[in-house]
Amino acid sequence: MTQLALHHKHPAPPARRALHFTGRTLLYLLICFGAFIFTLPFLWMLSTSLTPKEWVGVVPMRWIPPRLEWNNYVLPWSVFPFPAFYRNTIVITFTNVLGVLLSASLVAFGFARIRFWGRDAIFLMTLATMMLPTQVTLIPQYLLWSRLHAINTYWPLIVPNFLGSAAYDIFLLRQFYMTITTELDDAARIDGCGWFGIYRRILLPQIAPALGVLAIINFSFNWNDFFGPLIYINEPQRFTVALGLRLFQVGRSAGGGGMLDVRMPQIMAMTIVSMIPVLLVFFLAQRYFIQGIVITGVKG
Amino acid sequence: MSSLAEVARGGIRPTRRTKRLSPRVRDNIAGFLFISPWLLNMVVLISLAMITSLAISFYDTDFIITFKPVGLLNYRQMIRDPLFYKSLVNTAYYTFGMVPLGIVFAIAIAVLLNQKVAVVGVFRTLYYLPSIVSGVAVSILWMYLLNPRFGLINQGLAVIGIEGPKWVYSQEWAIPAFILMGVWAAGSNMLLYLAGLQGIPTELYEAARIDGSGAWHCFWHITLPMLSPTIFFNLVMGIIGAWQVFTQSYVMTGGGPNNATLTMVLYLYRKAFQQFHFGYASAIAWALFAIVMVFTLLVFRSSDTWVYYAGELRK
Repeated sequence: MTQLALHHKHPAPPARRALHFTGRTLLYLLICFGAFIFTLPFLWMLSTSLTPKEWVGVVPMRWIPPRLEWNNYVLPWSVFPFPAFYRNTIVITFTNVLGVLLSASLVAFGFARIRFWGRDAIFLMTLATMMLPTQVTLIPQYLLWSRLHAINTYWPLIVPNFLGSAAYDIFLLRQFYMTITTELDDAARIDGCGWFGIYRRILLPQIAPALGVLAIINFSFNWNDFFGPLIYINEPQRFTVALGLRLFQVGRSAGGGGMLDVRMPQIMAMTIVSMIPVLLVFFLAQRYFIQGIVITGVKG
Repeated sequence: MSSLAEVARGGIRPTRRTKRLSPRVRDNIAGFLFISPWLLNMVVLISLAMITSLAISFYDTDFIITFKPVGLLNYRQMIRDPLFYKSLVNTAYYTFGMVPLGIVFAIAIAVLLNQKVAVVGVFRTLYYLPSIVSGVAVSILWMYLLNPRFGLINQGLAVIGIEGPKWVYSQEWAIPAFILMGVWAAGSNMLLYLAGLQGIPTELYEAARIDGSGAWHCFWHITLPMLSPTIFFNLVMGIIGAWQVFTQSYVMTGGGPNNATLTMVLYLYRKAFQQFHFGYASAIAWALFAIVMVFTLLVFRSSDTWVYYAGELRK
């Protein structure tokens, strides 16, 4: 299926061209159908976010509410200090993405390219750090940070990201480094490059798509991270958006939770607003993935 | 970082200072320097907490009044606990369904969205949407979608004449419903494959086309092998993640109906934070650790036969 576009190269006989046209049409139908399935829940959120109070929980639901309640997007801003939450989240998220890109790419390079004593064992230990549920390491970890007097600061959220981040990021970049042939390293070494030079000049540019993915994943993770801030931050001025949203929900759903909650539209509205930055970053970053096989295939 | 750069560079260029060091020693130094940030993180911030939890698994403790060493009692109790086995079976069922399906779907979508189609960026963003709808919203959403009577899924099935199951309200269909949710959030894995597809040299396809290979043949013999490092990553991460499935059952079903969605992490969460048996919870966690470790090692062992690395270090 990857090859469909390659057929552009030769002007095909009419029969082939008709076949090709059918193929393209099917392709578009398939993509649109998938997009519909994947977008449907978001449309539901959108619809809910514009539903007036009195229509919440009415069955069957109306996809287009009888009256669009735009106030759902306005009122919550005066209930909680959302602007401060956004400021905090932006600071943490950008710092952390920078930290991950710098440190994880260095560490992964070490694992992927250099032979050193105990490397495979250390790498296995690295993976092992992901195998214990956070629920049981939570308390010891909290005690550690509180002994370092770092509770109610952003240090517990930021520091690990500058220390290789997490096994996930290191493993991911290692996999991508390992797809690149070592011939390039050898050539660079003959030209007098050291390991750091090979890392920075040769391999880093090669794994740009992987770095892009890592940036997107970490941006969206940090932006939405609820658990970390919940544990380490307790002063409302320092809250993040995800934490603020949860607070907003809990604080306002005293009248019963679930779908029938009349505050659901406002919660959905604020959730959608909080998703916009992630979507924007994603949309901008995904352009790095367009210079692949298909386009070069067309250019020939 | 500058010192790292210096030593790494100095380690290769035969300067006067390092002239006597053999290449092997220099590689060792450079290697450890590159991974040093992570070593610090792993040893100080992560291992400490892990070892503490291992120690706790040999205690009977609620962290407040009781703190009593009990040896292997927690583990002995665990192997006689029917609920532990129930959670083990449920989690295994979820893992073996979720991991392969997740991989197949993510690859299919990535290949689809790597085609030259108009506004592909918009399509990619739409497919990625489910991955960023966070926490509570997702659960509420799915409770609505999966509602047996007026949920979207069963209404859709009714249109084509199928009476949909009761999903999370039935013992048989609750775990499949979770798998469905997991597959739907394939967006970030799709991204990884999309990045992996960018790394495949065009020449391979051109050569294959000259040889007269069809699209299917190319996919099977070029795309898949070249993606194998990414598939390997997703397989390992999928196994590690799926065994620790928690949020869905915690938020949506609370482990029910009749413990059909009681997963291992939900079980240990209950033991720890509702019944305050932290020792027993830690023992379950380490049993889970052992299981995941065994599967990960098996996958690593098998990887020599099916993962292709262009840049593999010669042995």
